[in-house]
Amino acid sequence: MVKSQTAAVDVRGLSKHFGEGDTKVIALNNVSIVIGENEFFTLLGPSGCGKTTLLRMIAGFDFQNEGEILLYDENIANLPPFKRPINTVFQNYALFPHMTVSQNIGFGLKMLGKPKPEITARVSEMLKLVQMEELKDRKVSQISGGQQQRVALARALAPQPKVLLLDEPLSALDYKLRKEMQIELKRLQNETGITFIFVTHDQEEALTMSDRIAVMSKGNVLQIGNPREIYDRPADRFVASFIGESNFIVCKVEKKTRGSATACLPDGTSLTVDCPVDLELPQPATIAIRPEHAFISEKPGKNQLAAIIKNIVFLGTDTHVHTQLSDGTAFVVRQQNVIGEKPLQTGQNVGIRIADGAARILKD
Amino acid sequence: MCAVPHAKVALMAISSRGFSVKSQVGFSTIALLCIFALYLPIFTLVVYAFNDTDSMSLWGGFSLRWFKSASHNVAIQDAVLRSFQIAIIAATLATAMGTLAAIATTRTAPYRGLNFKYALINQPLIVPEIVTAVALLIVFARIKVWTGYTGGAYLVAAHTAFCIPFAYLPIRARLEGMDLTLETAAADLYANPWNTFTNITLPLLLPGVIAGYMLAFVVSLDDVVITEFVKSGGQETLPTYMLGQIKKSITPEVNAAATFFLVLSVLAVTAFYFISRKKH
Amino acid sequence: MQNNPSIAETARRSDIRNRWLLAAPALTTIILAAIGPLLVVLMFSFMVRGDYGDVKYWQFSTNGWLSVLFERDPIDDSLGLSSANFTIFLRSIKLSLITTVITVLLGFPTAYFVATRPEKSRHIWLLLITIPFWTNLLIRTFGIQDVIRNEGLINNVLLKFGLISQPIQMLFTDGAVLLGLTYVYFPLMVLPIYSSLEKLDFRLVEAGYDLYATRAKVLWNIILPLSKPGIIAGSILVFIPCIGAYVTPRVLGGGKNMMLGNLIEQQFGQARDWPFGAALSITLLVIVTLALLIYVRSAARESGSHGH
Repeated sequence: MVKSQTAAVDVRGLSKHFGEGDTKVIALNNVSIVIGENEFFTLLGPSGCGKTTLLRMIAGFDFQNEGEILLYDENIANLPPFKRPINTVFQNYALFPHMTVSQNIGFGLKMLGKPKPEITARVSEMLKLVQMEELKDRKVSQISGGQQQRVALARALAPQPKVLLLDEPLSALDYKLRKEMQIELKRLQNETGITFIFVTHDQEEALTMSDRIAVMSKGNVLQIGNPREIYDRPADRFVASFIGESNFIVCKVEKKTRGSATACLPDGTSLTVDCPVDLELPQPATIAIRPEHAFISEKPGKNQLAAIIKNIVFLGTDTHVHTQLSDGTAFVVRQQNVIGEKPLQTGQNVGIRIADGAARILKD
Repeated sequence: MCAVPHAKVALMAISSRGFSVKSQVGFSTIALLCIFALYLPIFTLVVYAFNDTDSMSLWGGFSLRWFKSASHNVAIQDAVLRSFQIAIIAATLATAMGTLAAIATTRTAPYRGLNFKYALINQPLIVPEIVTAVALLIVFARIKVWTGYTGGAYLVAAHTAFCIPFAYLPIRARLEGMDLTLETAAADLYANPWNTFTNITLPLLLPGVIAGYMLAFVVSLDDVVITEFVKSGGQETLPTYMLGQIKKSITPEVNAAATFFLVLSVLAVTAFYFISRKKH
Repeated sequence: MQNNPSIAETARRSDIRNRWLLAAPALTTIILAAIGPLLVVLMFSFMVRGDYGDVKYWQFSTNGWLSVLFERDPIDDSLGLSSANFTIFLRSIKLSLITTVITVLLGFPTAYFVATRPEKSRHIWLLLITIPFWTNLLIRTFGIQDVIRNEGLINNVLLKFGLISQPIQMLFTDGAVLLGLTYVYFPLMVLPIYSSLEKLDFRLVEAGYDLYATRAKVLWNIILPLSKPGIIAGSILVFIPCIGAYVTPRVLGGGKNMMLGNLIEQQFGQARDWPFGAALSITLLVIVTLALLIYVRSAARESGSHGH
């Protein structure tokens, strides 16, 4: 869901490799993304997937081998970083250790040659925005990690960039502070109305904060969509396993209508599944099912998968039931805990019922 | 048989004092004696500088007369002044060049010629001073004949060259420990390369630059051998003046001048030590 | 799509070009006032000696090199080993090696002592070792002279207590040169050993004691092997300036107890045999380079054997 139709950042066919010949490593492979104005856009993927490289190229710290980067329709791909109206919040904050909090926040404006009174006014505005007024004359080595994070944010926002880049800014914080900062970041984005491009490897962070997410792996963008789309309709097996958890079952697809198909499971059960891909019939395929979309019934029945309980893990609100299907495939069911329920037993034979529309065929 | 009670006594001695894992028999004694020996000649030299007799042998009471006479000795005055002039100019040039060279050789992926640069810059540390001295004598003697110029530039050039590695090494160490993302962050905040250098790199580099300058300064002040071979007539520095005195009868005047020099070196080294230990 | 295929490459190239420009002043100075002249020395070593010093230009001769080890018999013009030069070579190497051994024997306990001080006082001890090293070498050598002269500290004290009736001649002997070299280069041994020992994990020493090792065995089997890189580095740092020493033998050895450095100086002074002096200089440089190569090899082996 793009909030506005205007494209703030338009990345077209961006490629980047390091080294040559045998040592050539492809960091980005023909990546194209359109990021709307005022959007909270997240690049999500495991380390080494190219998300940070992409961010650094938008900022101007790395140069592409191919492709262009448009900022409000202007190609900025060949501008040095200090000529791009884009600011970055660095992973380790990169606060200047020889300057005070205020001097750090005012640095960008000073470099832009803004008059002193304007800088002073803007700095105090920023200090207020991140609630750091009392510590403005401290050296940055004298403040805590969470406070450094706020200063880094204020410093990047002070020059009023058209786009704010955030490179895993929360990874150095402890769990509680991270949760607070997630809310804080959303508030800042709403108040400033600046487009945020956020890089993270934490899928939960991405799902809770983003307007849209681009999932990346090995230099490719696998899927772009809002959190709900990505979670409910993962484009391929990588996305399905990287975001949330999924059970994967190999099956044979027998009948196919528009968008759905009938899959025949190894134990003979047949299942109606989502089928977003073109398949020739009959063909083996993998289907994905989320653990919370499957239910245990103590008496195996029709259209249920026969399974045996291998392990039961209590998680507080939920319980993970690890089972094994008759062909040996592992299958996890996530059950909500209900008071007074008769507990399941390891070794028990059970049936697994799949919710309607929960199974989905994936590209491998 | 009698070994057992001995062992028991030894064990009791250990347990009563506690067993120190780190101690080794006799090491502390050797160390303290060595450190004492390190300072004994220096103290002797300094003490003789305050001796109120003409001879260098017997103690004739405390006096500042040799300091007075050294400060009135035109040759010594001239030598001290020249030592400092050369050291200041050479250390300044070496530090400026060393800083640029350090920036040129750090924080980069290896490229062709990088090791060549290292080898070249550190070369004066490896070649024995007497060899460099002889080489400079040969070359500068020729140039002096060709150009007719016999001024101080030869000494300055020679001193600058052998001071460069001493200025370079602490600056390079500082640069290698510096967080690269700080400069990236400055570029992100609209600082062009020059502004990044003056606002970020240089201030953070300053302790290294000061340390490098002090080392270069002390090394230049110290030099005897190369100066001895490169100097033209009448271009004595204090060390070459002192060396020239060993053939004549030494008076405590030399000790007084040396003491003055010593105090300055100790101050510079101590300052260097504390600056280089200081962290951000 | 190929709008700027080489922009990354262009940036890299200009970066490297800037790096050469930045290094240029330092490199030029060193080439002009340090390395270039060495090549001239090499050239001079193959020329005919001039009558009053200097050389006869572009007249090739190997006499300079022959003089390094041989001398011509004045009567029948045959070549024989030069015993005078040989003695000086031998003395230089002997004194340098003995100095290295003594500084190891004294420097190791000193470094160990400093490294085992509490963290707070450790840097004061280290500073105490460093200060003499950075004070003027000539001044320190003069200090030694003040201690061992016939009218110096030691003789004065001994005479005063009636232990001797005549001053002992200590100055202008090989022993004096040895003492001077040891004194002057002692800190160069302590500092690298210290930096090895500082990194030593004393839990390994505890493990040694736990496994029934005595103090001596812990020292020999655990501490010494682990500080070997420091000992090797220190030995090289001491040996190299010793072999090229000039000031110390001149001040403490007098005219007679010469080392290589003094022999070289002599050729450019009284002896006026520049090609010979040049050949000696190159020889000294080769010895130093060999010592360094041995060091680099053993350092590489050391880091290889410990793995990562």
